[in-house]
Amino acid sequence: MRGLAGGLIALALLGQGTAAMEARPNADDPALEQRLLALAADLRCVVCQNESLAESRAPLAKDLRQEVRELMRKGRTDREVVEYLTTRYGDFVLYRPPFKPVTYLLWTGPALFLVVGAIVWFLTIRRRQRRAAADRVLDDDGGTQTPLS
Amino acid sequence: MKRWLPFAVFAVLLGFLFVGLWLDPREVPSPFIGKPAPAFSLPVLERPGQTFSPDQARGRPWLLNVWAPWCRTCRKEHPFLMQLAASGVRLYGLNWQDQAREAADLLAEIGNPYVLNAVDHDGRAGIDWGVTGVPETFLIDADGIIRAKHSGPLSERVWNRKFAPLLQGKGS
Repeated sequence: MRGLAGGLIALALLGQGTAAMEARPNADDPALEQRLLALAADLRCVVCQNESLAESRAPLAKDLRQEVRELMRKGRTDREVVEYLTTRYGDFVLYRPPFKPVTYLLWTGPALFLVVGAIVWFLTIRRRQRRAAADRVLDDDGGTQTPLS
Repeated sequence: MKRWLPFAVFAVLLGFLFVGLWLDPREVPSPFIGKPAPAFSLPVLERPGQTFSPDQARGRPWLLNVWAPWCRTCRKEHPFLMQLAASGVRLYGLNWQDQAREAADLLAEIGNPYVLNAVDHDGRAGIDWGVTGVPETFLIDADGIIRAKHSGPLSERVWNRKFAPLLQGKGS
């Protein structure tokens, strides 16, 4: 177990090391690099799908970061850069998909579950209260009618 | 009746999960279906000095197969590509992120199913086509519109399911 944890820490450190190495050629413009990382953190790497474009070490992700860097240098806005990527790779690259018919359920799902849950909860409570009230009435009746033993 | 409700919910959930087992997360819907093929102009592997752009292939449906000699899966689909080429399908290659020499050597060795190969050395054209990895294959119709895309190796099964119906519809 300890070995595994050590390995994971080593991996994490390794990842940081390479990220620092890759950023070096662009140290002349830290502001741009900052902007790139901020934007890329919300974009999905299309090769290794569970990594963001900012952290992925896949060659294609590196190429795409370079592409984004160049677009930013040309003065494109973040929205234009995102548009550049979505026309090529679809909404799939976005970790925050836009609100449109296919994603209505995705966005409203959690709220819907909450509402359904609240309704079920409310109905259950009301039913229990009614039953409890009915039991009490029965008890009262029963109390008067219980034959003496 | 009430007692069955949790079971019903569970069964529906199970159904979703079961279907999910057979879904391929790599099968990402391409935003290019129904859109014009992105333009590029790249050197031709087989004919030094010449360039190829998708416009030149217009007139009849054609395939663009994105591949690279360092890609093992591409070797796996190669026999089927040879078969396609033999049956008269117009197959163009996009040689992705590669040194052209290696591709030429490899094709000389195992056979060349392509009408020609465009050499995309820096991978820019691949990015413009939304390529995420090799191999990938696009079907472009006579008017230069992308009709289908497959990520992963082509096979008879994939061909019959995804590409052949479209070609028959168009009467290639």
